[in-house]
Amino acid sequence: MATSLGTRKSGPALGRSAFRRSRGDAPFRFASLAAGIALLAIMAAIGVFLVVKAVPALQANTSHFLTELTFQPNATKPVFGIGALAFGTVLSSLIALIIATPVAVGVALFISHYAPRRLASALGYVVDLLAAVPSVVYGLWGVAFLVPFMLGPSKFLNTYFAWIPLFGGDPVVGKSMLTASLVLAIMILPIIAAISREVFLQAPKFQEEAALALGATRWEMIRIAVLPFGRPGVISAAMLGLGRAMGETIAVALILPATFNISFHVLTPSGNSIAANIANGFGEATDIGRGALIATGLVLFLITLLVNMAARMVIARRKEFRGAAA
Amino acid sequence: MTTVQTGIHPISTSRRVKDRIVQVLVYLAFALAIIPLLSVLWLVVTNGLKRFDLEFLTHSMRNIGARDAGGGAYHAIIGTLEQVLLASLIAVPIGLLTAVYLVEYGEGGRLSRVISFFVDVMTGVPSVVSGLFVLAFWILVLGMPFSGFAGALALSILMMPVVVRSTEEMLKLVPNELREASYALGVPKWRTIVKVVLPTAFTGIITGIMLAVARVAGETAPLLLTVFITDSINEDPFNGPQMGLPLYVFDQAGRPNDTAIDRAWSGALTLILIVMLLNLVARLINWWRSPARRS
Repeated sequence: MATSLGTRKSGPALGRSAFRRSRGDAPFRFASLAAGIALLAIMAAIGVFLVVKAVPALQANTSHFLTELTFQPNATKPVFGIGALAFGTVLSSLIALIIATPVAVGVALFISHYAPRRLASALGYVVDLLAAVPSVVYGLWGVAFLVPFMLGPSKFLNTYFAWIPLFGGDPVVGKSMLTASLVLAIMILPIIAAISREVFLQAPKFQEEAALALGATRWEMIRIAVLPFGRPGVISAAMLGLGRAMGETIAVALILPATFNISFHVLTPSGNSIAANIANGFGEATDIGRGALIATGLVLFLITLLVNMAARMVIARRKEFRGAAA
Repeated sequence: MTTVQTGIHPISTSRRVKDRIVQVLVYLAFALAIIPLLSVLWLVVTNGLKRFDLEFLTHSMRNIGARDAGGGAYHAIIGTLEQVLLASLIAVPIGLLTAVYLVEYGEGGRLSRVISFFVDVMTGVPSVVSGLFVLAFWILVLGMPFSGFAGALALSILMMPVVVRSTEEMLKLVPNELREASYALGVPKWRTIVKVVLPTAFTGIITGIMLAVARVAGETAPLLLTVFITDSINEDPFNGPQMGLPLYVFDQAGRPNDTAIDRAWSGALTLILIVMLLNLVARLINWWRSPARRS
């Protein structure tokens, strides 16, 4: 074996033809590299142009941008800050993620390992449809159906669980942070579920069969063979969901009452988010107003950057290149 | 003989109960996820069908008074199709090639790590920020008009990282043995990628692209900042304000009259139908190209 390989390598004619670089290789390599560089250039341009357009407004601001709660950039003496907006963005997205991730992983497992084999692909298609429902439709649905519907459960939570600070406060309404977070959770669930499912389905079959052959129950097989394989995929899926929740604009703009204060009482009519404020404020914004909105957009951009860096550290554990057979 | 019998003891009760509990939880999770979908679809279909007629599909909102019942979403449908198509034409090639670079050519070098990191960051770029960027760069700095193309630029920024990430995940799952077998046959690297790696991952890549299209087709915020709103038909995506279906729904939902709310629901129904059609076409392509059918 070794000798035959050796003669092959040293064989002049065969060796040269087999290992010569193809003429198509360089252009293809270059094109793929150029695409990657283009992505970097776009990211740099986003940061640069947001800063360029935000600076004039920040210079005109008469208050401290990071700590000020009110947002009146269109006044003759502009006063605006990111405090309340950033708080609302982070709180609503975190609640949404906490609600959505366990359900999404359950849905993914159901389709990949629990549903009857013949139904599985059809049910997978149903989850894809969930992902296909546009955000503005969820917004419409949220306002027309979920806001009135949530009044009852919200009052229940407020009556019996007010000792948890989140559910305290007064008055209790449907147009609340909790309702907005619930809509966000529904919106990010299908994305987390669809990607988790794809990864769970790719889990090595022979390992699953080996686990079952050793006498593992279905749950033990999933815990041993499927979840470890799928964890990085689930985490990156959750990060995709978090990014979408933070940037989600229309549904939140329709549901949240657009106040500018900091409150942990998720059942009361308070709360706002950076993205919703941009959509609500863009119409009547002056030059300074547009600059102020762009400045808040820059902060949203930076928050998501931090979130992704944290996620990166978790995912970095799986560094080595590995195929499904590895 | 006795040892063998102890070896095949039935599964202990606690393990069986745990297995059962997880099974119930998993079924419950699926039910929990389906309830909102059914509710959304039910309301969209029942409310949307009221105005989902030929006039709705073939007329714009031009010369429709505030309280009039007529009018339609033709201008918005044209706008959405053009904007999403343009965005895909920009985003899919760049996204696919970037994923190929990261998995096949990057080899874990510094540049590929940097690109990979910024794809992650880009994944988190909120839709409204991409709209703000195109507004700041394309419209305010370069002085370009509000147009469908500006909207497509914003949408393509949202699509790119989704296409890269999903394609990358799928390319990584292609067994190395396939690549090695192809190299061993003397096939050059780029032909290995085009003929072996990409076809193997094809199904997953299409799913990723469909998710990306589904994500951007319903985006309202970036369009609000770049495409603007019009009631007239504008078939040229490069000049002047256009409409998009999500914008149409948002615009109509914000008007105070019931006739407008009805149009909003019908617009939502149209949007969902278009996205579902896209999904269906992708499924058919998948089925048509699947290895099972070719062998």
